[in-house]
Amino acid sequence: AFLSSFILDSVCWEVVGVVKLWNEWCRTSSTTNVLPTDSFCLFYRLISDPTVLLCQCSCYVAEDQQFQWLEKVFGCMRKEGLQVTVLSTCPVADYKTQESTLTLPSPFLKALKTKEFKEQVCCPLLEQPNIVRDLPAAVLSYCQVWQIPAVLYQCYTDVIKLDTVTIEAFKPLLASEILKSLVKDVSESTKILKKLLTANETHSNIYI
Amino acid sequence: MFVPCERGGGPASSDFKGFTLLMPAVSVGNVGQLAIDLVISTLDMTKVGYFYTDCLVPMVGNNPYATAEENSMELSINAEVYSLPSKKLVVLQIRSPFIKNKYRPFCHTLLSWVKSSKCARVIVLSSSHAYQRDDEQLLGTPLRYLLTPDLEKAVGGLMQELNWKEMEKVAAYPGINDTEKVLHIPGGGITKLLFTESCSKGIQMAVLLKFCSEGDNIPDAFALVNYLNEWLQLIRSEVSASNNSTDTSSQWKIPSSWRLLFGNGLPPALF
Repeated sequence: AFLSSFILDSVCWEVVGVVKLWNEWCRTSSTTNVLPTDSFCLFYRLISDPTVLLCQCSCYVAEDQQFQWLEKVFGCMRKEGLQVTVLSTCPVADYKTQESTLTLPSPFLKALKTKEFKEQVCCPLLEQPNIVRDLPAAVLSYCQVWQIPAVLYQCYTDVIKLDTVTIEAFKPLLASEILKSLVKDVSESTKILKKLLTANETHSNIYI
Repeated sequence: MFVPCERGGGPASSDFKGFTLLMPAVSVGNVGQLAIDLVISTLDMTKVGYFYTDCLVPMVGNNPYATAEENSMELSINAEVYSLPSKKLVVLQIRSPFIKNKYRPFCHTLLSWVKSSKCARVIVLSSSHAYQRDDEQLLGTPLRYLLTPDLEKAVGGLMQELNWKEMEKVAAYPGINDTEKVLHIPGGGITKLLFTESCSKGIQMAVLLKFCSEGDNIPDAFALVNYLNEWLQLIRSEVSASNNSTDTSSQWKIPSSWRLLFGNGLPPALF
């Protein structure tokens, strides 16, 4: 949602690819002809600068598919000069800390970076004994082993549904080297944010 | 596959000819993995490479053996290789479980790496369900060892001197036919597969395991690592004056990542 609101738009970015995978957690449609944009894992390329790619992965990638996902995606890319940024969220209850997670001011951002990533990170690093799992971990492992500079920004949040507070927690990234040049105009962002959130809100009126 | 940390940095960091490879089996209580953590942390071993594989669930985190701010920022993945050339020791640490149906390919990849890197021998640290012990196993030491025939020739005598107990075989058809005996390591993960494959491939492998249950397995890890130390003498054991026994427990360094093993602090509002 953060990327959709602040970075993506139909003018500057075009869809260049899609990763299709099936597992029981994906919502699949019954039609046989699935359009590329119906897939849950889309790749966009910045028209003005084709070296910038953006991947929106809104489905769950099961653990036995993660390796193949990586090989397929990174197999299509040149590794020289490649830099990877991953944005992800995670429940704050998973965060291990001396005090209770109830007293933590969530949402908050934590980062992990590979050895080759030399730039400034926009938030504190994730301390031990915390770990990261699933696709973000697979991507970072791949980058660490093959010496690709990569950074993961993980947002710990206590809200399950999409909400503005969690999305805004990613705001410090807009000032980073990587995303600075890609940021959209602010009024656009607010409009899209509103649209995304209202689409999800109707389901939460069960008690009214 | 093994991927060294330093590319083209000379063969020194990834030349394991004649080394002893120490590795855990992902088993009950994760005792093998905890014991390996103690070895790496105490001996301050250097990371020399990654064991990049699609057989283990991916995970990443910052340096689990960090001792200060400066060395806490290095990323670690689910399977890494550490070495200590002065003791001709190379250690593989595995930090996540196997992906369904992938444990067999993993064993094959691992054993072919052992052969290609010319390691002299492999020691697997493992554990087995304590509740599966028979009446005789309930008495005495909970620690056991196994040696492949090739290693038996080399160190079998030493095991006798150390008064170690070999893992007993159990009846293949208990209650029906007690004559046919097989090796059975319940809760040992890939231990049995690694051992039987090594026997047939002529690899010198030893398995050191402890009977235990899930729970706070830190004492089990200490027991296993002390057991290993009786053989390899990785750290010097001091004779304790009070009970006249060799106890090295206090000399193993607990890594910083063992904090909060049983959850966070409690919310004050709970009381």
